Amino acid sequence: MSGRSLFQKVWDDHVVVPETADTPAVLYIDLHLTHEVTTPEAFNVLRSRGLSIRRPDLTVATLDHSTPTVRIASLKDLDVVSEPAAAAQIRTMIDNCAKNGIRMYGYGSDSRGIVHVIGPELGATQPGKTIVCGDSHTSTHGAFGALGFGIGTTEVGHVLATQCLLQRRPKTLAINVEGKLPRGVTAKDVILAIIGKIGVGGGTGSVIEYRGSTIRSLDMEQRMTICNMSIEAGARAGMIAPDDTTIQYLNGRPLAPRGAAWEAAVARWRALPSDADAQFDKEVSIDVSQLAPMVTFGTNPGMVVPVTDAVPVSDDASFSKALAYMKVAAGKPMLGMPVDVVFVGSCTNSRMSDLHDAASILRGRKVAKSVRMLVVPGSVQVQRQAEAEGLDKVFREAGAEWREAGCSMCLGMNGDIALPGQLCVSTSNRNFEGRQGIGARSVLASPLTAAASAVAGVIADPRPLLPN
Amino acid sequence: MEKTDIVRSRTVVMPGTDIDTDQIVPARFLTTTTRKGLGKALFADWRYDKDGKPKADFILNTPAAAGCRILVAGNNFGCGSSREHAPWALIDFGIQAVISTGIADIFRSNSLKNGLVPVIVDQATHGWLLANPGVEVTIDVASCELRLPDGRAVGFPLDGFSKYCLLNGVDQLGYLLHQSDAIARFESERAWKP
Repeated sequence: MSGRSLFQKVWDDHVVVPETADTPAVLYIDLHLTHEVTTPEAFNVLRSRGLSIRRPDLTVATLDHSTPTVRIASLKDLDVVSEPAAAAQIRTMIDNCAKNGIRMYGYGSDSRGIVHVIGPELGATQPGKTIVCGDSHTSTHGAFGALGFGIGTTEVGHVLATQCLLQRRPKTLAINVEGKLPRGVTAKDVILAIIGKIGVGGGTGSVIEYRGSTIRSLDMEQRMTICNMSIEAGARAGMIAPDDTTIQYLNGRPLAPRGAAWEAAVARWRALPSDADAQFDKEVSIDVSQLAPMVTFGTNPGMVVPVTDAVPVSDDASFSKALAYMKVAAGKPMLGMPVDVVFVGSCTNSRMSDLHDAASILRGRKVAKSVRMLVVPGSVQVQRQAEAEGLDKVFREAGAEWREAGCSMCLGMNGDIALPGQLCVSTSNRNFEGRQGIGARSVLASPLTAAASAVAGVIADPRPLLPN
Repeated sequence: MEKTDIVRSRTVVMPGTDIDTDQIVPARFLTTTTRKGLGKALFADWRYDKDGKPKADFILNTPAAAGCRILVAGNNFGCGSSREHAPWALIDFGIQAVISTGIADIFRSNSLKNGLVPVIVDQATHGWLLANPGVEVTIDVASCELRLPDGRAVGFPLDGFSKYCLLNGVDQLGYLLHQSDAIARFESERAWKP
């Protein structure tokens, strides 16, 4: 018998009832992250059936998707700054959590933020856990060697009521990433290159394990950026084996184990990496030693090229439709395309290292007059840390807006939108049509490339602007 | 969830690949706190002009699409966000099945929990359906077959459990609640506690 993969070990450890030919497995969930958008109907269903929450202690709630990114002193402010439906949704979430004994990191909490930023920050995200959330970017938590995946609202109800999900075991896909990343090339560029290589459906039905020397060299925030976009390749989840970097990150976090429990947890985590003879259903390799900063040109994250390249040529109908929507011509260089908006934020790129990257380009420079730039920290913690380091001043002095934590312009639910026709260079994860506002055109890039483009007023290569 | 055994309808065809859930329901409609009434938000940015009037050339606004309950879509339909609002909107609009060569995982899972039948077919069958919009086809959940007008029957994958739930209109929460003893045992016996 061959050895087990990281995924297989975490899966095996959570099977309550094994799957059969006729029935899926009952899989136990260790951590349920919740937010205001995908939970109200789940609570409605539980209420109508007279069911209670099985493990409120394993459930964590926050407000991120439809929350405004201007300061909210009290809930009354919501009625001024938010649309009535968004304000009502937020109140519903607060109320549902209060009535059911669920920990809510809401307004006034030092720990509020994007659900995939605060889980790791609190130390709630840990190796070997099963973690779900009604949000496809739950794959982010796989950076810790957890099995994290997005679920729908019906399944949110299943977890609230039973702490379990019905699941068929997915396939496994190993992605081996080798080579030293060149200067100015980041984890965001790596994951965009991977999606470009395997396609937006390349991971469907699979859990990815990212492996190799490049992955080992990344810090936790960069690993989160990689795992975050696993869903953009269609994968259920993306995982990275826990190691010293993981353990060091978690040590001392508020919800991480302490004392003897910490020692026991570390011993358990050390046993999680895939065995040397583990088999995967599929393997893909990518060499990143010559990789350039990547940007998308179309309307899905697989439509991506090096920033120094031109828009590719294809006669595929969906490809042509994408170029028409983006108002870009095949064969035209990406560099120099006029930019209207730059967004630094989202669960992909809103952590301290991302803000450091953006600030390193903006320090002593100005955002082009034609550009509106928003910098939105992923959490209150990130916001405080950035302000303590003076990064907010760097952004403001450059002419960017420094806002409160939330999902913001990643999906434009809270009023932070790009206008019809505007081109937005964004550090988020989806460049779908209208994702950032009706008719808005999104170009996905790293925080370095986004900041360089903000300064230039056109899509720009960050490498010449890197500090010495 | 309603029982679903046979879906018989003319098809409406959207050949584009990678149609994502942000197209199926744009995020600005997600501030709702119920699943009801999302049909009007279905494909909103493709379906209406900037004044909110239906665009005559969008397929779902054409007379040929009226009453169609089966959507034939390009590969990787439903990719992107986990929003269950996507199948809710399709169902509220009147769609009961989606046929494609590939359907994204979370969308597929959400569909099965709401009685929307995901039908994955081979390239040749898909190509024929794309080339012949509006044909009447039958989806038979019990036999996992798509029947074409010329009498051909094409199988599609559907696990036994999902099939049982569709045919009987059973939602999976009941099954899970039935496992509560096993869940309690697992919680008390596992070697470490989260």
